[in-house]
Order: sequence, then C-alpha cells, then structure tokens
Amino acid sequence: MVLTRLLEERLGDLHKAGKTRGPIHRCDGQEAVGVGAAAVLTDADFITTTHRGHAVYIGKGLEPRRIVAEIFGRQTGYCGGRGGHMLLGDVEHGMLGGNAIVGASIPAAAGMALSIQLRREDRISVAVFGDGAAQTGICHETMNIAALWKLPVVFLLEHNEYGLTVHHSVQSSVPDLHLRAAGYGMPGEQIDGNDVIAVHQAVSRAAQRARRGDGPSLIEARTYRLEGFSTSDMGGYQTPEELAAWRRRDPIPQSREILAETLGATRVADVEAAAAREIEAAFETALADPMPAFVPHAPSVPYTARGEGA
Amino acid sequence: MAMMRYAEALNRALREEMARDQTVFVFGEDIASYGGVFKVTQGLAEAFGDRVRDTPISEQTLTAMAVTAAMTGTRPVLEIMYADFLPLSLDALVNQASIYNYIWNGQVTMPFVLRTQGGGGVGTGAQHAKSLDSMVAHIPGLRVLAPVTPADARALLKAAIRDPHPVVFLEHKLLYNTRGEVPDDDTLGEIGRARIARAGRDVSIFATSRMVLEAEKAAAELDAAGISAEVVDLRSLRPLDLDAITASVGRTHHAVVVNEDWRFCGYAAELSATIMEHAFDDLDAPVERVATLDMPIPYAETLEREVIPDAARIAAAARRALA
Ligand SMILES: Cc1ncc(C[n+]2csc(CCOP(=O)(O)OP(=O)(O)O)c2C)c(N)n1
Ligand SMILES: [Mg+2]
Repeated sequence: MVLTRLLEERLGDLHKAGKTRGPIHRCDGQEAVGVGAAAVLTDADFITTTHRGHAVYIGKGLEPRRIVAEIFGRQTGYCGGRGGHMLLGDVEHGMLGGNAIVGASIPAAAGMALSIQLRREDRISVAVFGDGAAQTGICHETMNIAALWKLPVVFLLEHNEYGLTVHHSVQSSVPDLHLRAAGYGMPGEQIDGNDVIAVHQAVSRAAQRARRGDGPSLIEARTYRLEGFSTSDMGGYQTPEELAAWRRRDPIPQSREILAETLGATRVADVEAAAAREIEAAFETALADPMPAFVPHAPSVPYTARGEGA
Repeated sequence: MAMMRYAEALNRALREEMARDQTVFVFGEDIASYGGVFKVTQGLAEAFGDRVRDTPISEQTLTAMAVTAAMTGTRPVLEIMYADFLPLSLDALVNQASIYNYIWNGQVTMPFVLRTQGGGGVGTGAQHAKSLDSMVAHIPGLRVLAPVTPADARALLKAAIRDPHPVVFLEHKLLYNTRGEVPDDDTLGEIGRARIARAGRDVSIFATSRMVLEAEKAAAELDAAGISAEVVDLRSLRPLDLDAITASVGRTHHAVVVNEDWRFCGYAAELSATIMEHAFDDLDAPVERVATLDMPIPYAETLEREVIPDAARIAAAARRALA
C-alpha cells in the first residue's frame, strides 16, 4: 500500500511539473482494495483491473521500476511503452490488464474463468471494477453467465462513491450494490474497503468458494479516492467535509497503527523507508531508460505480406 | 473428395478441430442441443460435452469473454447468429481482441474465431439481412474471412481456428445449402490468398462471399456476348491478397468490384481505392463498383431485389467498364 501511495504521490508531482503524458488515474485512499485482494492470489491466478489499477499492479507483484517505465513510455516498461498506465498487462504475474473501457474488466475476468473451467485448472480470476462500471450492461450479463456456469471468478466492486464526477446516487437505482448478487443467485457482501484485512478476508472466502467450484461472489468494497478522478480532474464535485471525513479513514495510517501494535513501530518505519527507497530508485532508473523504437505491427497490416506462404 | 453442403463442411471443420485440440470450444445461442439455427453445430454437443455451450443472449459479454479465454489458453469459436448483431460485439473487437497482441508487446496471442452469417435475399428484413463487412474489415489486428465454396469453408475455418490472431468468419445464409466437393485430407486454407474462380481476359470481377456466385453467373452471361470475364473470389477480406488483384488487373486492364455491404464507405470502396492506388497504370477505365444500395434492407421480395446486387447489375457494370 505504501509503495502504491508513494508511486501515486510521485506521479502527481511529476504531473504538476508537466512531465507526464496523458491522464493518470491515481488511487490514493483506495490502495487497500487492490493490494488486499491481490495478496490472496498466486501468480497462476488472474486479475483484471480498471483505468485506476496501480494498487493491483503492485499488489500482484509487479516491479515498481517496470511499472514506472511503462507509465513513462519506456522500452523497459511491462509493455515496452505500448500500453501506458491504464492498459498495462503482465502475463507472468497473471495481471491481465488494466482496462480503460468502463466495465470491460468484468467480462474479461469471466472469460479467463471460463478458460480455467474448460481446462479444469486450479486457478481463479478476479475482476476489479468501479461503482460506475457496475452500471454497464456487460456487468449484468457477466454476472448472470458467471453464476449460471459457476465460473471460478470473484467480482470485486471498488466502490469509491463516484463515476468520474457523478455521485453513485445519480447512477444507481439502489445504494447498496452487493444486494444485486441475490438476483444472480450468488453471495454478495459489503465490506470496509479501507480495511485491508477485511478485504483480504472477504476475497479469501470468495476465492475458496471459486476454487471449490461453487461459482462467483460479489464483494462491494466501500472506499474513496482522495485525489480526484485523474490528473486532469478540475474538482468541485466533492465537498471538503466529505474529503476530510475520508481522509480520516485513510487505509495507510489505519494499517500502520495495527502493524505497529504487532510488529513494533521501528519495524514498520523500516519497511516504509525501504519502500521509499524502492520508489525513488524505480523513478530514477525508469526515467533514464530508453524510449522504444517504432516497429509496425505485422498482424495489423491489411495486405498479405508479399512472398508469404505458397 | 466428398460432395457436401456448406453447413456440413463447416460442421466437419469444427468437429475435426475439436477432436484434434482439446482447447477448442464452441459457444453461442442455440448452438448446443438444437445444433444452431443454421444447423452448423449439429451433433457437436453430443460429441464434445461441455466444450459446446448454449449461452444467454448476451453478445457483448460473450465476445468479450472469448477474447480473454483466447489469451489464457483456449481456442474459442463463438457463433453470433446474425452479422446484424455484430455492433453488439464491436467493443470487444475494436477495443479488446484487436489490441492486445500489439499493446502488450507480443505477450499474448488471440486464437479466437467469431463465426457469423450475413446477407439478404430471403426476406429477413432490415435487422437480419445486412452484410457489415467493412465494419469489421476496418479494424487493424483482426482477420476477416468470407469463403464461398464448401471446400474453402472447411479449409479456412480450420485455418482460422489454428491462427494465433482473432478472426471474424463471415458466412452467408444463402450459402449453407449450396453443395460442393470437399477434399478428404486435412487441408488448411491459406489466410490472405484469393482464388481465381473463373479465368478471363477482358475484365476482372473481384467479389466476396455469395457475390462470387452472382459474379460467376454474370461472367457466363457476358461470355455469351463475347466478353471474357475473370472472377476473383477474394476469400480473405483482411489481409487482402493484393498480389492477386494487381496480377488480374494486369491481365484484363478493367476492374469491377462487388460486395454485399453498403456502397458508401463499404468494403467495395476499399477494393476500388486499393486498385486505384496499386494498379492505376494498368487500368484502361475507372473501376466499377457494385454494392448494396445505401438504405435499410426492405422486406418485400420485389423491394429487396432492388437493393441487393445480382448478376445483372454485375454484368452491366462490366459492360460499363469496357464501354
Ligand atoms: C465505456 C466507457 N464509457 C465512459 C468512459 C469514460 N470514463 C472513464 S472512467 C469513468 C468513470 C468510471 O467510474 P468507476 O467505474 O466508478 O471507476 P473510478 O474512476 O471511480 O475508479 C468514465 C465515465 C470510458 N472510459 N469507457
Ligand atoms: Mg467509482
């Protein structure tokens, strides 16, 4: 979580300095969801996420240095600079993608679960998606199909109150989205998404159910994004009171307190200092890495290559 | 060689590929116990169990699921009942299937086949009679195939299933009952190769899918009037066999392009532009374009016939090219 927060803060600074390219969707305040969920999974398990996926990238074990390199379009990034911050994917860690079409991470995870089921493999997939994405048609279609076929997938709804600038009360006919699970015949629960242990426990339960072959579950993790929609967000739609209330519930100080009780404050401070050094080094190396050279994409070429085949 | 219907040839391809490769699976609406509304998947559920699945009517999601199933170790073959429903699949094609091999820097392949059928001629009306070829052929990263003979239907479907990239496989409702010889050996079609359906000297007619049959009729009619027309069955809409096109125009110096999609911004427009760009010096006359009239497809037989291209319109275009 600390790695993610430091990554986000540094990206925010570089954006202000005009050194980033395209919008960046920070997840400050909601790190516990992606990190807590990914911690349940192994490299063999798949996860899909949204345009706001940095916590999932880090949680799934990707190296900060190569994440940063991708965000800055470097050759050494996970996708050689072709994907960018929203569309990063890494097969080795089963991190099959940030997805910037709202809702698309949901059927994406279900398709992986179908593949797992057909091949009778011992893996699961997790779909992370927002409260805005929960209003798409593909969300409903996917939940029906996944429950019908008992696919080994976990639906993790990262409810941060807003879809871009629009409050969920203006987007959803019901305030509590986990209730929808009943309509598809799967379990649904609401949890405190800022409590990383609660996230881990809920995702563990859902993952076990999926591994047993009992099908999907819906987890509605309530959280909040503290830094607005993206680096191009002009703000104005979140009240100062609301922001202050959620700042008091920031998942990082909460976890720090619990960890200090069990591990001691020094150990926690050491871990945080190491995280700071790692992020520092990640930016330093990645920003010095080379930009990719342009290579056309052969399968996209509309004409048959000359001399190809017979 | 065995004589069989186009639908049977497709069924055979699916059966052979499913038997050969455990990761191939088939899903779509009404395709399992009923065997598909055009009976292409008949008997597969009995033979392959849960690798053949009836689905809810959720085209958008099914297409999106096929994309990620394909990138994680299976070879999905999704049947979309009518090409008219392709707009529902479009996000998964434009924003998902077609991008990952490139944007993830070659980390994944996408052995996914979307089978569908389009075209008019049987009174199915404006929502069940379209050919939306250009809509899919427009998308970089996809392959688009449209076989017209049973032999090519089998050979190209097998090639599509084995191909590492996403393929939209366009069938035609009026082709399912057409018959032809299909070889017994394990022939794989070659994606990106056109076929000379009929050799000729005076004018080249480049056609796709069922329009190849209309072009052959037109060629027979022209032959009776002393005009020798070459009919080129493009088979692969993307990638397109540019060499076959330029070679044919080099022989005949006249070109007619025929496609059942709408005319304006349609696939025929691309063919025409391709010929202008790559074979202009060989042309003795402007390219003639034959396509569906730019309007919704009407229901009544007399009206539908006015809108969809046929042999008479193709023959007339060839005469104009030669005039
Ligand atoms: C299909 C689609 N519609 C609209 C957008 C523009 N858009 C990007 S993010 C977003 C809001 C998404 O809200 P939510 O799912 O709650 O995710 P959050 O940003 O809150 O993490 C919108 C409308 C898009 N990218 N894709
Ligand atoms: Mg949201």
